[in-house]
Amino acid sequence: MKNIPFFAVGIFFGIVMTKSEAISWFRIHEMFRFESFHMYGIIGTAVILGASVIFALKKLKIKTLSGNLVSYTPMELRIPRHLLAGSIFGLGWALVGCCPGPMYVLIGQGYWIIAVVLVSAVLGTYVYGVVKDKLPH
Amino acid sequence: MENLIDFISQPWHWAVSGALIALTLFTLTWMGRSFGVSMTFRNMCTVAGAGKKIPFFNIDMKEEWWRMAFVAGGLVGGFLAVTFFRSPEPAAISAATVSHLADWGLSYPEADAKQLGFVPTELFNFGNIKGLVLAIAGGFLVGFGARYADGCTSGHAISGLSHLQLPSLLTVIGFFIGGLLMTHLIMPLLF
Repeated sequence: MKNIPFFAVGIFFGIVMTKSEAISWFRIHEMFRFESFHMYGIIGTAVILGASVIFALKKLKIKTLSGNLVSYTPMELRIPRHLLAGSIFGLGWALVGCCPGPMYVLIGQGYWIIAVVLVSAVLGTYVYGVVKDKLPH
Repeated sequence: MENLIDFISQPWHWAVSGALIALTLFTLTWMGRSFGVSMTFRNMCTVAGAGKKIPFFNIDMKEEWWRMAFVAGGLVGGFLAVTFFRSPEPAAISAATVSHLADWGLSYPEADAKQLGFVPTELFNFGNIKGLVLAIAGGFLVGFGARYADGCTSGHAISGLSHLQLPSLLTVIGFFIGGLLMTHLIMPLLF
């Protein structure tokens, strides 16, 4: 029951992702071809406003509902890992035209084929878990 | 009421969309959680029992059910948006992209059977072996890459960058390296 508010935020997110068209394969393809400002505008606006909000929350020491201050556990800086892992993700993102969030939204819209993409993504996650100790981090 | 629905149903300006994604980030942060979707894939492995053999999946789901509720909401939100707030026209992608896709044999917007301009179902459908193989390959790379990168677009490009994290910036640069390679070098060989 305590997760119902998160379900509600998820519904809002699903509507925003749909109306923003950020879930569109065609929009992602257009973005990687630099043929429209649309996706850059969305990501740029989200990051500039997001960074301002996070900055304000930290500066004003506003507590979260759980009573803690806003913090972030930084990742260890490992330049080759970030670039390599990011590139693997990017190869898949450009091919299927959706990142993890949009997969759920598209399935909700009735694009059942995206369930195949999602199951395969879970499988990819599993394989990562199996081989992770053999990969450079 | 009808005017309100018409108002919401028009395609949203990128600035409105970006601001509402920032609002989502703010809400989740204020609720004491950090925005990140790809962890749900790891959770599914855990729920399926992968934690018994592989320690990486041996995680406490008590701290993760909120995320599953969030993506279930995303799924319902997608349904509601196309059912009640459907745009009058398919996504207005640029003429340059439309003409380039025609060269690849994908006519726009007809390539999407739902005429929303969201998924080229002409390629990605259960009867198209090539499309199925590409869907499986792409999904695998997204799932593998997201966990290797310790986050996806929501975790790094939105949340991480908003927290001014250098590792997230480098990861996002990686997303684009991979995306540009796929779009400009690999996909032309596939189409």
